Amino acid sequence: MSMLQVLGLVAGVMFGIGAIAAIVRIVRGPTMLDRALATDVVLAIAMCALAAEMAINRHTDTLVVLLVLALFAIVGSIAIARFIGKEDEHGRR
Amino acid sequence: MDVGELLVGALILLSGFLSMAAGIGALRFPDVLSRLHAATKPQVLGLAVVLLSIVLRVPSWGVVSTIVLIMTFQLLTQPMTAHMLGRASYRSDSLRRDLLIRDDLGRDVDER
Repeated sequence: MSMLQVLGLVAGVMFGIGAIAAIVRIVRGPTMLDRALATDVVLAIAMCALAAEMAINRHTDTLVVLLVLALFAIVGSIAIARFIGKEDEHGRR
Repeated sequence: MDVGELLVGALILLSGFLSMAAGIGALRFPDVLSRLHAATKPQVLGLAVVLLSIVLRVPSWGVVSTIVLIMTFQLLTQPMTAHMLGRASYRSDSLRRDLLIRDDLGRDVDER
């Protein structure tokens, strides 16, 4: 087992801790915005972990997945944010 | 074990640390705005350093151009997401006003 694989294992544990903490926030999150934000965090950590795996194993097979995620990660959160904003404006009037 | 591999390992570790900090910050900070502050770190810097490590490991023009595209899209979309979430959290009053030091937006929102 090479040095880089050991470092990758340590980084993998860190990715795991971050993802689990964000998932706990998705479960507990008091508002819908907290859940949308924590979902974004999980997605960002997944992108970082995919990229780290590519760097360690020296291939570029999942680079396209990162490209698509970077393009479309915006859709869910903005839909939720717009929906909540509209609902609030109607509620306040 | 040469210098390049060490650099790649350090970059991956930095990305892992930022991801862990974002998860823990999203879990432990008190309201949406402060969680936004923690959550936006791995989305930009964490991804940037780990993409740089891919460039160091697989240095070819195809990889570099794809990575520039990925980082461009990420830098375009993630600030928009953070902005929309912060705006929605302010306007739906799901923030703790006792934690704010200054509130520059409140006057503009009240005038409408």
